[in-house]
Amino acid sequence: MKSCLVVDDSKVIRKVARHILETLHFVVDEAEDGREALSRCEANMPDVVLLDWNMPVMGGMEFLRTLRRADYETQPKVVFCTTENDAAHIRAAIDAGADEYVMKPFDRDTLESKLQIVGVA
Amino acid sequence: MSDSATRILAGLLEARTGQQLGLSRRWRIETALQPLMRERSIASLDQLAGSLVGGREPALAEKAVEALLNNETFFYRDRPAFDLLLGPVLSRLERARAGEKRIAIWCAGCSTGQEAYSIAMRIAEQKARWAGWTIDILGSDVSRAAIERASSGHYSQFEVQRGLSVLQMMRWFAQQPGTWRISSEIQRLVRFRVHSLIEPPPEPGRFDLILCRNVMLYFAEPTRRLVFSRLAEAAAEDAVLMLGAGETVIGQTEAFAPDPEARGLYVRTGKSAARFAAAS
Ligand SMILES: C[S@@+](CC[C@H](N)C(=O)[O-])C[C@H]1O[C@@H](n2cnc3c(N)ncnc32)[C@H](O)[C@@H]1O
Repeated sequence: MKSCLVVDDSKVIRKVARHILETLHFVVDEAEDGREALSRCEANMPDVVLLDWNMPVMGGMEFLRTLRRADYETQPKVVFCTTENDAAHIRAAIDAGADEYVMKPFDRDTLESKLQIVGVA
Repeated sequence: MSDSATRILAGLLEARTGQQLGLSRRWRIETALQPLMRERSIASLDQLAGSLVGGREPALAEKAVEALLNNETFFYRDRPAFDLLLGPVLSRLERARAGEKRIAIWCAGCSTGQEAYSIAMRIAEQKARWAGWTIDILGSDVSRAAIERASSGHYSQFEVQRGLSVLQMMRWFAQQPGTWRISSEIQRLVRFRVHSLIEPPPEPGRFDLILCRNVMLYFAEPTRRLVFSRLAEAAAEDAVLMLGAGETVIGQTEAFAPDPEARGLYVRTGKSAARFAAAS
Protein backbone atom coordinates (compact mmCIF):
# COMPACT_ATOMS: atom_id res chain seq x y z
CA MET A 1 0.00 0.00 0.00
CA LYS A 2 1.18 3.51 -0.82
CA SER A 3 1.34 6.15 1.85
CA CYS A 4 0.17 9.75 1.77
CA LEU A 5 0.90 12.57 4.19
CA VAL A 6 -1.90 15.14 4.28
CA VAL A 7 -0.61 18.56 5.35
CA ASP A 8 -3.35 21.07 6.08
CA ASP A 9 -4.23 23.25 9.05
CA SER A 10 -7.92 22.56 8.56
CA LYS A 11 -9.13 19.48 10.36
CA VAL A 12 -12.12 19.24 8.05
CA ILE A 13 -9.98 19.20 4.91
CA ARG A 14 -7.68 16.59 6.44
CA LYS A 15 -10.68 14.45 7.22
CA VAL A 16 -12.15 14.75 3.72
CA ALA A 17 -8.79 14.04 2.09
CA ARG A 18 -8.14 11.09 4.39
CA HIS A 19 -11.50 9.61 3.53
CA ILE A 20 -10.93 9.84 -0.23
CA LEU A 21 -7.36 8.55 0.06
CA GLU A 22 -8.46 5.58 2.12
CA THR A 23 -11.01 4.60 -0.52
CA LEU A 24 -8.05 4.73 -2.95
CA HIS A 25 -6.20 2.31 -0.64
CA PHE A 26 -3.64 4.73 0.76
CA VAL A 27 -2.22 4.61 4.25
CA VAL A 28 -2.79 8.14 5.49
CA ASP A 29 -0.86 10.28 7.95
CA GLU A 30 -1.62 13.89 8.85
CA ALA A 31 0.29 17.05 9.76
CA GLU A 32 -1.04 20.48 10.69
CA ASP A 33 1.75 22.58 9.23
CA GLY A 34 4.99 22.43 7.28
CA ARG A 35 7.22 21.94 10.27
CA GLU A 36 5.24 18.99 11.58
CA ALA A 37 5.22 17.62 8.03
CA LEU A 38 9.02 17.77 7.83
CA SER A 39 9.44 15.77 10.98
CA ARG A 40 6.90 13.22 9.72
CA CYS A 41 8.89 12.91 6.52
CA GLU A 42 12.13 12.42 8.42
CA ALA A 43 10.59 9.70 10.55
CA ASN A 44 8.75 7.95 7.76
CA MET A 45 8.97 9.20 4.19
CA PRO A 46 5.57 8.96 2.47
CA ASP A 47 5.12 8.17 -1.23
CA VAL A 48 3.17 11.36 -1.74
CA VAL A 49 2.44 14.57 0.16
CA LEU A 50 -0.84 16.46 -0.25
CA LEU A 51 0.12 20.01 0.63
CA ASP A 52 -1.84 23.13 1.54
CA TRP A 53 -0.42 26.58 0.76
CA ASN A 54 -1.24 28.82 3.73
CA MET A 55 -0.55 27.35 7.14
CA PRO A 56 0.68 28.77 10.43
CA VAL A 57 4.25 28.02 11.63
CA MET A 58 5.47 26.86 8.21
CA GLY A 59 3.55 27.26 4.95
CA GLY A 60 3.46 24.90 1.99
CA MET A 61 6.07 26.67 -0.13
CA GLU A 62 8.64 26.81 2.63
CA PHE A 63 8.03 23.14 3.40
CA LEU A 64 8.44 22.21 -0.26
CA ARG A 65 11.67 24.18 -0.73
CA THR A 66 13.16 22.73 2.45
CA LEU A 67 12.11 19.23 1.45
CA ARG A 68 13.57 19.49 -2.05
CA ARG A 69 16.88 20.91 -0.75
CA ALA A 70 17.34 18.14 1.80
CA ASP A 71 19.32 15.08 0.73
CA TYR A 72 16.88 12.38 1.72
CA GLU A 73 17.38 8.98 0.16
CA THR A 74 14.01 9.25 -1.56
CA GLN A 75 11.87 12.27 -2.34
CA PRO A 76 8.08 11.99 -2.18
CA LYS A 77 5.79 13.24 -4.91
CA VAL A 78 4.19 16.50 -3.86
CA VAL A 79 0.68 17.51 -4.86
CA PHE A 80 -0.33 21.02 -3.84
CA CYS A 81 -3.92 21.19 -2.70
CA THR A 82 -5.01 24.74 -2.10
CA THR A 83 -7.53 27.51 -2.69
CA GLU A 84 -4.84 29.54 -4.47
CA ASN A 85 -6.10 29.24 -8.02
CA ASP A 86 -4.24 31.62 -10.27
CA ALA A 87 -1.63 30.80 -12.87
CA ALA A 88 1.11 32.70 -10.97
CA HIS A 89 0.73 30.57 -7.85
CA ILE A 90 0.59 27.39 -9.91
CA ARG A 91 3.78 28.27 -11.77
CA ALA A 92 5.56 29.17 -8.53
CA ALA A 93 4.58 25.82 -7.02
CA ILE A 94 5.86 23.87 -10.02
CA ASP A 95 9.11 25.87 -10.05
CA ALA A 96 9.59 25.03 -6.36
CA GLY A 97 9.32 21.32 -7.16
CA ALA A 98 5.63 20.42 -6.90
CA ASP A 99 4.59 17.50 -9.12
CA GLU A 100 0.90 18.29 -9.33
CA TYR A 101 -1.60 20.93 -8.29
CA VAL A 102 -5.19 20.63 -7.11
CA MET A 103 -7.43 23.64 -6.59
CA LYS A 104 -10.04 23.34 -3.86
CA PRO A 105 -12.79 22.29 -4.18
CA PHE A 106 -11.99 18.94 -5.71
CA ASP A 107 -13.54 15.49 -5.75
CA ARG A 108 -12.41 11.89 -5.73
CA ASP A 109 -11.98 11.67 -9.51
CA THR A 110 -9.77 14.74 -9.52
CA LEU A 111 -7.57 13.48 -6.72
CA GLU A 112 -7.37 9.96 -8.12
CA SER A 113 -6.30 11.20 -11.54
CA LYS A 114 -3.65 13.51 -10.05
CA LEU A 115 -2.26 10.58 -8.08
CA GLN A 116 -2.23 8.47 -11.25
CA ILE A 117 -0.44 11.25 -13.10
CA VAL A 118 2.36 11.43 -10.53
CA GLY A 119 2.56 7.64 -10.60
CA VAL A 120 1.47 6.65 -7.11
CA ALA A 121 -2.04 5.35 -7.86
CA MET B 1 -45.47 14.44 -7.96
CA SER B 2 -47.80 11.97 -9.60
CA ASP B 3 -46.81 8.69 -11.21
CA SER B 4 -48.22 9.83 -14.51
CA ALA B 5 -46.00 12.94 -14.58
CA THR B 6 -42.95 10.74 -14.05
CA ARG B 7 -44.14 8.38 -16.77
CA ILE B 8 -44.65 11.22 -19.23
CA LEU B 9 -41.22 12.69 -18.59
CA ALA B 10 -39.48 9.30 -18.67
CA GLY B 11 -41.33 8.47 -21.89
CA LEU B 12 -40.24 11.73 -23.48
CA LEU B 13 -36.64 11.10 -22.51
CA GLU B 14 -36.64 7.59 -23.92
CA ALA B 15 -38.39 8.59 -27.14
CA ARG B 16 -35.84 11.35 -27.79
CA THR B 17 -32.64 9.65 -26.67
CA GLY B 18 -33.21 5.98 -25.94
CA GLN B 19 -32.23 6.63 -22.32
CA GLN B 20 -34.35 4.96 -19.70
CA LEU B 21 -34.77 6.71 -16.41
CA GLY B 22 -33.18 4.25 -14.01
CA LEU B 23 -34.99 3.65 -10.75
CA SER B 24 -32.25 5.37 -8.80
CA ARG B 25 -32.59 8.46 -10.98
CA ARG B 26 -36.33 8.66 -10.73
CA TRP B 27 -36.29 10.28 -7.34
CA ARG B 28 -33.89 12.90 -8.64
CA ILE B 29 -36.18 13.88 -11.47
CA GLU B 30 -37.59 16.83 -9.54
CA THR B 31 -34.16 18.17 -8.55
CA ALA B 32 -32.97 17.85 -12.14
CA LEU B 33 -35.94 19.79 -13.52
CA GLN B 34 -36.11 22.42 -10.77
CA PRO B 35 -33.97 25.07 -12.53
CA LEU B 36 -36.00 24.78 -15.74
CA MET B 37 -39.28 24.95 -13.82
CA ARG B 38 -38.10 28.03 -11.94
CA GLU B 39 -36.99 29.69 -15.17
CA ARG B 40 -40.38 29.07 -16.79
CA SER B 41 -42.43 29.71 -13.62
CA ILE B 42 -43.81 26.19 -13.69
CA ALA B 43 -45.16 25.27 -10.27
CA SER B 44 -45.02 21.48 -10.30
CA LEU B 45 -43.89 18.42 -12.22
CA ASP B 46 -47.51 17.71 -13.02
CA GLN B 47 -47.86 21.12 -14.62
CA LEU B 48 -44.63 20.60 -16.57
CA ALA B 49 -45.75 17.16 -17.77
CA GLY B 50 -49.10 18.68 -18.69
CA SER B 51 -47.43 21.27 -20.93
CA LEU B 52 -45.39 18.56 -22.61
CA VAL B 53 -48.01 15.94 -23.44
CA GLY B 54 -49.56 17.94 -26.23
CA GLY B 55 -46.22 18.32 -28.03
CA ARG B 56 -46.90 21.98 -28.55
CA GLU B 57 -43.82 23.15 -26.68
CA PRO B 58 -40.85 21.66 -28.54
CA ALA B 59 -38.32 24.05 -26.98
CA LEU B 60 -39.52 23.24 -23.47
CA ALA B 61 -39.44 19.52 -24.28
CA GLU B 62 -35.85 19.76 -25.50
CA LYS B 63 -34.81 21.61 -22.34
CA ALA B 64 -36.57 19.05 -20.14
CA VAL B 65 -34.86 16.17 -21.92
CA GLU B 66 -31.48 17.87 -21.58
CA ALA B 67 -32.04 18.39 -17.88
CA LEU B 68 -32.78 14.70 -17.44
CA LEU B 69 -29.63 13.51 -19.23
CA ASN B 70 -26.60 12.62 -17.18
CA ASN B 71 -23.72 14.66 -18.61
CA GLU B 72 -21.06 13.48 -16.19
CA THR B 73 -17.61 13.43 -17.80
CA PHE B 74 -14.00 14.50 -17.28
CA PHE B 75 -10.66 14.63 -19.05
CA TYR B 76 -8.94 11.26 -19.64
CA ARG B 77 -11.70 9.56 -17.73
CA ASP B 78 -10.50 6.06 -16.90
CA ARG B 79 -6.87 6.99 -17.45
CA PRO B 80 -5.36 3.49 -17.85
CA ALA B 81 -7.75 2.77 -20.74
CA PHE B 82 -6.91 6.12 -22.35
CA ASP B 83 -3.20 5.34 -22.05
CA LEU B 84 -3.81 2.10 -23.88
CA LEU B 85 -5.88 3.78 -26.57
CA LEU B 86 -3.51 6.67 -27.19
CA GLY B 87 -0.42 4.47 -26.76
CA PRO B 88 -0.21 1.06 -28.42
CA VAL B 89 -3.61 1.16 -30.14
CA LEU B 90 -2.93 4.50 -31.81
CA SER B 91 0.53 3.28 -32.85
CA ARG B 92 -1.02 0.24 -34.51
CA LEU B 93 -3.44 2.49 -36.34
CA GLU B 94 -0.60 4.79 -37.34
CA ARG B 95 1.15 1.83 -39.02
CA ALA B 96 -2.05 0.70 -40.70
CA ARG B 97 -2.74 4.17 -42.11
CA ALA B 98 0.86 5.07 -42.98
CA GLY B 99 -0.10 5.24 -46.66
CA GLU B 100 -3.13 7.48 -46.58
CA LYS B 101 -2.07 9.39 -43.44
CA ARG B 102 -5.66 9.93 -42.41
CA ILE B 103 -7.39 8.98 -39.17
CA ALA B 104 -10.99 9.66 -38.22
CA ILE B 105 -12.02 9.55 -34.57
CA TRP B 106 -15.57 9.73 -33.27
CA CYS B 107 -16.50 10.48 -29.68
CA ALA B 108 -20.14 9.46 -29.65
CA GLY B 109 -21.97 10.89 -26.63
CA CYS B 110 -19.13 13.25 -25.81
CA SER B 111 -21.13 15.41 -23.41
CA THR B 112 -19.33 18.72 -22.78
CA GLY B 113 -16.30 17.78 -24.87
CA GLN B 114 -13.62 16.67 -22.41
CA GLU B 115 -13.22 13.27 -24.08
CA ALA B 116 -12.66 14.72 -27.55
CA TYR B 117 -10.32 17.42 -26.25
CA SER B 118 -8.35 14.78 -24.31
CA ILE B 119 -7.49 13.14 -27.62
CA ALA B 120 -6.84 16.44 -29.37
CA MET B 121 -4.37 17.57 -26.70
CA ARG B 122 -2.41 14.34 -27.02
CA ILE B 123 -2.25 14.75 -30.80
CA ALA B 124 -1.15 18.37 -30.44
CA GLU B 125 1.59 17.32 -28.03
CA GLN B 126 3.02 15.05 -30.74
CA LYS B 127 3.36 17.62 -33.52
CA ALA B 128 6.30 16.04 -35.31
CA ARG B 129 4.72 12.60 -35.28
CA TRP B 130 1.49 13.76 -36.89
CA ALA B 131 2.93 16.29 -39.33
CA GLY B 132 1.37 15.67 -42.74
CA TRP B 133 -1.52 13.66 -41.28
CA THR B 134 -5.19 14.58 -41.38
CA ILE B 135 -6.73 13.74 -38.03
CA ASP B 136 -10.41 14.34 -37.86
CA ILE B 137 -11.90 14.32 -34.37
CA LEU B 138 -15.66 14.51 -34.14
CA GLY B 139 -17.55 14.91 -30.89
CA SER B 140 -21.29 14.36 -30.96
CA ASP B 141 -24.06 14.31 -28.41
CA VAL B 142 -27.83 14.33 -28.43
CA SER B 143 -27.83 17.27 -26.01
CA ARG B 144 -27.65 20.64 -27.75
CA ALA B 145 -26.71 22.34 -24.49
CA ALA B 146 -23.78 19.95 -23.99
CA ILE B 147 -22.56 20.48 -27.55
CA GLU B 148 -22.78 24.24 -27.17
CA ARG B 149 -20.64 24.06 -24.07
CA ALA B 150 -18.21 21.71 -25.75
CA SER B 151 -17.81 24.05 -28.72
CA SER B 152 -17.34 27.07 -26.49
CA GLY B 153 -14.28 25.43 -24.91
CA HIS B 154 -14.98 27.08 -21.55
CA TYR B 155 -14.62 25.09 -18.34
CA SER B 156 -15.06 25.92 -14.68
CA GLN B 157 -12.16 25.62 -12.28
CA PHE B 158 -13.63 22.38 -10.98
CA GLU B 159 -13.94 20.89 -14.47
CA VAL B 160 -10.61 22.01 -15.89
CA GLN B 161 -8.54 20.14 -13.34
CA ARG B 162 -10.71 17.04 -13.29
CA GLY B 163 -8.57 14.38 -14.95
CA LEU B 164 -6.09 16.82 -16.44
CA SER B 165 -2.44 17.18 -15.41
CA VAL B 166 -1.42 20.62 -14.21
CA LEU B 167 1.08 20.87 -17.06
CA GLN B 168 -1.60 20.22 -19.67
CA MET B 169 -3.94 22.63 -17.94
CA MET B 170 -1.33 25.38 -17.97
CA ARG B 171 -0.29 24.64 -21.53
CA TRP B 172 -3.68 24.38 -23.19
CA PHE B 173 -6.00 26.57 -21.11
CA ALA B 174 -6.03 30.29 -20.45
CA GLN B 175 -7.45 31.46 -17.16
CA GLN B 176 -10.07 34.16 -17.62
CA PRO B 177 -12.32 35.72 -15.00
CA GLY B 178 -14.53 32.88 -13.74
CA THR B 179 -13.51 30.41 -16.44
CA TRP B 180 -10.71 28.50 -18.16
CA ARG B 181 -10.73 28.65 -21.94
CA ILE B 182 -9.18 25.99 -24.15
CA SER B 183 -6.61 27.19 -26.67
CA SER B 184 -7.74 27.68 -30.24
CA GLU B 185 -5.00 25.30 -31.37
CA ILE B 186 -6.85 22.45 -29.63
CA GLN B 187 -10.29 23.72 -30.53
CA ARG B 188 -9.38 23.68 -34.21
CA LEU B 189 -8.66 19.95 -34.05
CA VAL B 190 -12.18 19.01 -32.97
CA ARG B 191 -15.57 19.52 -34.55
CA PHE B 192 -18.79 19.08 -32.62
CA ARG B 193 -22.32 18.38 -33.73
CA VAL B 194 -25.68 17.46 -32.27
CA HIS B 195 -26.43 13.86 -33.17
CA SER B 196 -28.37 10.99 -31.68
CA LEU B 197 -26.85 7.54 -31.76
CA ILE B 198 -30.17 6.16 -32.82
CA GLU B 199 -29.82 7.95 -36.16
CA PRO B 200 -27.49 6.87 -39.00
CA PRO B 201 -23.84 7.73 -38.28
CA PRO B 202 -22.52 11.23 -38.99
CA GLU B 203 -20.01 12.18 -41.73
CA PRO B 204 -17.53 10.92 -42.87
CA GLY B 205 -19.29 7.70 -41.88
CA ARG B 206 -16.10 5.64 -41.62
CA PHE B 207 -14.20 6.01 -38.36
CA ASP B 208 -10.99 4.36 -37.22
CA LEU B 209 -11.49 4.94 -33.52
CA ILE B 210 -14.90 5.14 -31.93
CA LEU B 211 -15.44 6.09 -28.31
CA CYS B 212 -18.91 5.48 -26.98
CA ARG B 213 -18.50 5.60 -23.26
CA ASN B 214 -21.02 5.62 -20.46
CA VAL B 215 -23.82 6.29 -22.90
CA MET B 216 -25.43 2.91 -23.49
CA LEU B 217 -25.76 2.05 -19.80
CA TYR B 218 -29.38 3.14 -19.68
CA PHE B 219 -30.48 2.02 -23.12
CA ALA B 220 -33.07 -0.75 -23.26
CA GLU B 221 -31.80 -3.98 -24.85
CA PRO B 222 -33.24 -3.36 -28.37
CA THR B 223 -31.91 0.22 -28.44
CA ARG B 224 -28.49 -0.97 -27.38
CA ARG B 225 -28.46 -3.53 -30.17
CA LEU B 226 -29.55 -0.92 -32.69
CA VAL B 227 -26.82 1.46 -31.53
CA PHE B 228 -24.15 -1.24 -31.73
CA SER B 229 -25.19 -1.87 -35.32
CA ARG B 230 -24.99 1.88 -36.02
CA LEU B 231 -21.50 1.96 -34.56
CA ALA B 232 -20.50 -1.07 -36.64
CA GLU B 233 -21.84 0.67 -39.75
CA ALA B 234 -19.63 3.64 -38.95
CA ALA B 235 -16.53 1.60 -38.15
CA ALA B 236 -13.65 1.01 -40.53
CA GLU B 237 -12.78 -2.67 -41.01
CA ASP B 238 -9.99 -2.53 -38.45
CA ALA B 239 -11.59 0.10 -36.25
CA VAL B 240 -11.26 0.06 -32.47
CA LEU B 241 -14.18 0.70 -30.15
CA MET B 242 -13.76 2.03 -26.63
CA LEU B 243 -16.60 1.70 -24.15
CA GLY B 244 -16.89 2.95 -20.57
CA ALA B 245 -15.03 1.16 -17.78
CA GLY B 246 -18.00 -0.99 -16.75
CA GLU B 247 -19.33 -1.71 -20.24
CA THR B 248 -18.82 -4.62 -22.62
CA VAL B 249 -19.91 -5.89 -26.03
CA ILE B 250 -20.16 -9.43 -24.76
CA GLY B 251 -23.70 -10.68 -25.09
CA GLN B 252 -24.72 -7.40 -26.73
CA THR B 253 -23.48 -7.62 -30.30
CA GLU B 254 -21.44 -9.81 -32.63
CA ALA B 255 -20.15 -6.89 -34.64
CA PHE B 256 -17.38 -6.21 -32.12
CA ALA B 257 -15.14 -8.53 -30.14
CA PRO B 258 -12.47 -7.98 -27.49
CA ASP B 259 -9.23 -6.63 -28.98
CA PRO B 260 -6.68 -9.40 -28.39
CA GLU B 261 -3.90 -6.82 -28.09
CA ALA B 262 -5.65 -4.26 -25.92
CA ARG B 263 -7.60 -5.34 -22.90
CA GLY B 264 -10.90 -3.54 -22.49
CA LEU B 265 -11.02 -2.31 -26.08
CA TYR B 266 -12.94 -3.90 -28.95
CA VAL B 267 -12.38 -4.52 -32.65
CA ARG B 268 -14.74 -4.89 -35.55
CA THR B 269 -15.41 -8.56 -36.34
CA GLY B 270 -16.83 -8.19 -39.82
CA LYS B 271 -19.93 -10.05 -38.68
CA SER B 272 -23.12 -8.20 -39.36
CA ALA B 273 -24.66 -6.59 -36.36
CA ALA B 274 -27.97 -6.45 -38.19
CA ARG B 275 -28.07 -10.21 -38.69
CA PHE B 276 -27.40 -10.71 -35.02
CA ALA B 277 -30.14 -8.29 -34.15
CA ALA B 278 -32.56 -10.05 -36.47
CA ALA B 279 -31.65 -13.50 -35.20
CA SER B 280 -32.05 -12.76 -31.52
C1 LIG C 1 -22.49 10.17 -18.84
S1 LIG C 1 -22.16 11.10 -20.28
C2 LIG C 1 -20.64 10.37 -20.81
C3 LIG C 1 -19.72 11.35 -21.51
C4 LIG C 1 -18.41 10.77 -21.96
N1 LIG C 1 -18.59 9.85 -23.07
C5 LIG C 1 -17.69 10.08 -20.83
O1 LIG C 1 -17.69 8.85 -20.76
O2 LIG C 1 -17.11 10.77 -20.00
C6 LIG C 1 -23.36 10.43 -21.41
C7 LIG C 1 -23.69 11.35 -22.59
O3 LIG C 1 -24.44 10.62 -23.56
C8 LIG C 1 -25.37 11.50 -24.16
N2 LIG C 1 -26.44 10.71 -24.79
C9 LIG C 1 -27.47 10.08 -24.21
N3 LIG C 1 -28.24 9.48 -25.13
C10 LIG C 1 -27.68 9.74 -26.34
C11 LIG C 1 -28.02 9.42 -27.68
N4 LIG C 1 -29.10 8.71 -27.98
N5 LIG C 1 -27.21 9.88 -28.67
C12 LIG C 1 -26.12 10.61 -28.40
N6 LIG C 1 -25.76 10.95 -27.14
C13 LIG C 1 -26.52 10.54 -26.12
C14 LIG C 1 -25.82 12.35 -22.99
O4 LIG C 1 -26.38 13.57 -23.43
C15 LIG C 1 -24.53 12.54 -22.20
O5 LIG C 1 -23.87 13.73 -22.56
